[in-house]
Amino acid sequence: MIKFFLMVNKQGQTRLSKYYEHVEISKRTLLETEVIKSCLSRSSEQCSFVEYKDFKLIYRQYAALFIVVGVNDNENEMAVYEFIHNFVEVLDEYFSRVSELDVSFSEHLPVACGKAHSRYNHISAVTQEGFLYEALAVLELTL
Amino acid sequence: MPAVSKGDGMRGLAVFISDIRNCKSKEAEIKRINKELANIRSKFKGDKALDGYSKKKYVCKLLFIFLLGHDIDFGHMEAVNLLSSNKYTEKQIGYLFISVLVNSNSELIRLINNAIKNDLASRNPTFMCLALHCIANVGSREMGEAFAADIPRILVAGDSMDSVKQSAALCLLRLYKASPDLVPMGEWTARVVHLLNDQHMGVVTAAVSLITCLCKKNPDDFKTCISLAVSRLSRIVSSASTDLQDYTYYFVPAPWLSVKLLRLLQCYPPPEDAAVKGRLVECLETVLNKAQEPPKSKKVQHSNAKNAILFETISLIIHYDSEPNLLVRACNQLGQFLQHRETNLRYLALESMCTLASSEFSHEAVKTHIDTVINALKTERDVSVRQRAADLLYAMCDRSNAKQIVSEMLRYLETADYAIREEIVLKVAILAEKYAVDYSWYVDTILNLIRIAGDYVSEEVWYRVLQIVTNRDDVQGYAAKTVFEALQAPACHENMVKVGGYILGEFGNLIAGDPRSSPPVQFSLLHSKFHLCSVATRALLLSTYIKFINLFPETKATIQGVLRAGSQLRNADVELQQRAVEYLTLSSVASTDVLATVLEEMPPFPERESSILAKLKRKKGPGAASALDDSRRDTSNSDINGGVEPTPSTVSTPSPSADLLGLRAAPSPAAPPVPVGGNLLVDVFSDGPTAQPSLGPTPEEAFLSELEPPAPESPMALLADPAPAADPGPEDIGPPIPEADELLNKFVCKNSGVLFENQLLQIGVKSEFRQNLGRMYLFYGNKTSVQFQNFSPTVVHPGDLQTQLAVQTKRVAAQVDGGAQVQQVLNIECLRDFLTPPLLSVRFRYGGTAQSLTLKLPVTINKFFQPTEMAAQDFFQRWKQLSLPLQEAQKIFKANHPMDAEVTKAKLLGFGSALLDNVDPNPENFVGAGIIQTKALQVGCLLRLEPNVQAQMYRLTLRTSKEPVSRHLCELLAQQF
Repeated sequence: MIKFFLMVNKQGQTRLSKYYEHVEISKRTLLETEVIKSCLSRSSEQCSFVEYKDFKLIYRQYAALFIVVGVNDNENEMAVYEFIHNFVEVLDEYFSRVSELDVSFSEHLPVACGKAHSRYNHISAVTQEGFLYEALAVLELTL
Repeated sequence: MPAVSKGDGMRGLAVFISDIRNCKSKEAEIKRINKELANIRSKFKGDKALDGYSKKKYVCKLLFIFLLGHDIDFGHMEAVNLLSSNKYTEKQIGYLFISVLVNSNSELIRLINNAIKNDLASRNPTFMCLALHCIANVGSREMGEAFAADIPRILVAGDSMDSVKQSAALCLLRLYKASPDLVPMGEWTARVVHLLNDQHMGVVTAAVSLITCLCKKNPDDFKTCISLAVSRLSRIVSSASTDLQDYTYYFVPAPWLSVKLLRLLQCYPPPEDAAVKGRLVECLETVLNKAQEPPKSKKVQHSNAKNAILFETISLIIHYDSEPNLLVRACNQLGQFLQHRETNLRYLALESMCTLASSEFSHEAVKTHIDTVINALKTERDVSVRQRAADLLYAMCDRSNAKQIVSEMLRYLETADYAIREEIVLKVAILAEKYAVDYSWYVDTILNLIRIAGDYVSEEVWYRVLQIVTNRDDVQGYAAKTVFEALQAPACHENMVKVGGYILGEFGNLIAGDPRSSPPVQFSLLHSKFHLCSVATRALLLSTYIKFINLFPETKATIQGVLRAGSQLRNADVELQQRAVEYLTLSSVASTDVLATVLEEMPPFPERESSILAKLKRKKGPGAASALDDSRRDTSNSDINGGVEPTPSTVSTPSPSADLLGLRAAPSPAAPPVPVGGNLLVDVFSDGPTAQPSLGPTPEEAFLSELEPPAPESPMALLADPAPAADPGPEDIGPPIPEADELLNKFVCKNSGVLFENQLLQIGVKSEFRQNLGRMYLFYGNKTSVQFQNFSPTVVHPGDLQTQLAVQTKRVAAQVDGGAQVQQVLNIECLRDFLTPPLLSVRFRYGGTAQSLTLKLPVTINKFFQPTEMAAQDFFQRWKQLSLPLQEAQKIFKANHPMDAEVTKAKLLGFGSALLDNVDPNPENFVGAGIIQTKALQVGCLLRLEPNVQAQMYRLTLRTSKEPVSRHLCELLAQQF
């Protein structure tokens, strides 16, 4: 089960965070710092799954941007790992070639988030706790 | 959904955002924001009514400002207004603002709920989706209360659009997770299952998520999902790579849905229906076959998606654990991955194989990969992968490969990452013990462990080696020789000194014949380490020295010299000082015989589950709280399973060193020496956590550990689980557990023992009674490693017992630490005769769930018996006086236990009456007399028990001055034979 979804850049700034289980705001910062630290310290030879406390972090790096998903023990790592890529493809298609620069400094503020296309189908249906749809919408505003 | 071109964007907003981005300094940014806030505020307050577009624009700006990290304290009303707009973009921004910014106790919640209600009823699928997303995003209890009943209806309504159904399913899932009690189960549940047949794959995926969650609580309600899931899975797996169009991901049909279906099936045992099962097995085989086919695409996405399905398939195969053929195929497939160039796949293969190793069908197949795994342990560059390899080696270990695996793990330990050393040490120790063919190998292994990773060898590990050496004569000499050699090393770990000190103190004599390890050499070797060691180790060594005096009288003078030295006798540490003083006096005062008795070799330890195993279980056990949970609690505990078990300070640990001889309890050496009993060590090595100070060898503990057969374990289910978290009044307690009477009966004739025991809790009792007064000690032992919270044991008097028996209880601490024991004292006064025992209700929270149980307190009327001696003549006279029909109670019953006169006698004495000899003409019969003391009155009792060995029957007759008492005593006593 997915517990949280983070987009963090190499400097450790959180670009997007979505929690599917209640975590106090004050603890989130700490959690995010620790999570990104444990991902940043890894080399490309290492596997993309990190055991962190009693859950697992599954991460992928796209240029300077890390996407980290925290899952509990019995989640299918590979499915989540590939799901991250799917998510990025959706962003990519949506913003036409997404980069961290896009994600963080994009000038435009699209308001339509209902832009349906094939990749998106997976995303909205796959996230168990759903609503990356909303995450997308929030993301658009933070751009 | 309407696709809106980017050109529709709000220009003012874009300008504002680029202004902010262009700000050179933080101050400039704040200035710009404040200017904008003032502008927006004036617009909102202005007389001119704003049109939807402007409202949307300003709300958007506020949202942007909020997301930059500034507080927003206005604009909520305008956002709520946007909700009732008919324009999608306006409504959407309104909902976005609400989802991000409105907290649940806002007064606006009524207005918001109203808007949501309207949208849900609007039949406009886009609006319905927006509303559903908002409910899910906020996910608060209030929202749940308002809409939990509507959503199932929308979900199963025939006319709902696919996108709405999908959102409704996910929304319901979210609400169910947040507050399960709010989501009503009902006839819709059956219809949800049928969504698995839906045409729309998005609906199916969302429905699977929902069902997977719901079925965990009510598996039977959703049982029909099995066959539907199997047929859906089968259709996907066998479909061509382009059949599912939008749901095909790099030529893999619906990978995530497949994974979810396979996961759903893991909530259930294998399908009973042969046809369904056949179809499923076919699916699983197809997935395994496809893994062998050449990939349809060279893209890594293709193989990742395919492998996600494959791993989930293997999980299901392992879950069923019933198809040897599939298990072996799964193992072979994973074996291929072990050498794959992708680290991720190697990691996952090691992880899955670990579970395969525990299946009897695939254990052998897993073992064939041992060389690859050992190689992984040596060469993998990633610590997480090495850790998995170590786990797998542990899992695949058996007698045939133990030596190889243990030696590889030992070798790995030298370079292992610090984070996982302790775990490796535990694993090596367990494997070495479990598969030891000869114990010299075991001793070598553990000493190697201490040599290589002494810091990570926890107490459990070195206690255990001492335990085994003490219990096995055949290895003692070898152990003594080996530790002696190990101690020769110029720098050896303190744990080695501890083990060495203990073993030489016990078995040093076995190697004393060799001049190279003669007693003086042994002593000076040990003593050369003495000054470098911690207090606990030095205390242990002092005990070794006194044992040496007994083993080797020739060392006496030297050792006395050491003990007498100022650095010992006046040591600042009170423990060391006391030992030095006591041992010195003991060695000079006591005769050789006394010394030999006091310092005798340790008796063998009782065989128990290895304490190391218990420790490993604790390290990985289910008790480990979720890190997310944990972050809500205390930060000081934040390191849960990454860290080490909280180790106790050595001072409070009743380690063998601390109480090797049990002498600490002896007030002075002149006092009669305490025999070197097993009690202290039973505690030390008990499989519960040894660490708690309260587990110290108090007399009660010793008493508890000597108890007769422990109470039969009651299954967990007996612990009622009352859902309400609120603390109910003391009177509001559950009925006694079913075996409460049986447990009570055990205590009719005795006053101490284990009253109750299950996996969580042990309750011991010790009590004494004088006249009409009694005192009872209850010992509550937490058998888990997790703290009990809100622990409250209370005594309740049902009915009119209040007037018959007064029980005063002392409060106990509300928290009971894992492994700790708390004591509760009860003062009891018998006011008048009573028939029913008081109830003991114990409530506590364990790992977040409330536990409660009700027992009968072992206080029965016979506890207030005063035995009365009397001559035969008096007895018969009184017997005749009590001749009213109701004063006599008689029972004839079959013997439940072997009819042994001595046992019977003991039971009658335990019951409380005096036994009178030479009263009954038949010497086989038992006659007893006593007075029951209550505050209000005294009840004289006479009893006669006539055993008939041929018939295996007893006749029991009781006469008392009070009718109900006769009957009651008769029943109580009859159950004892």
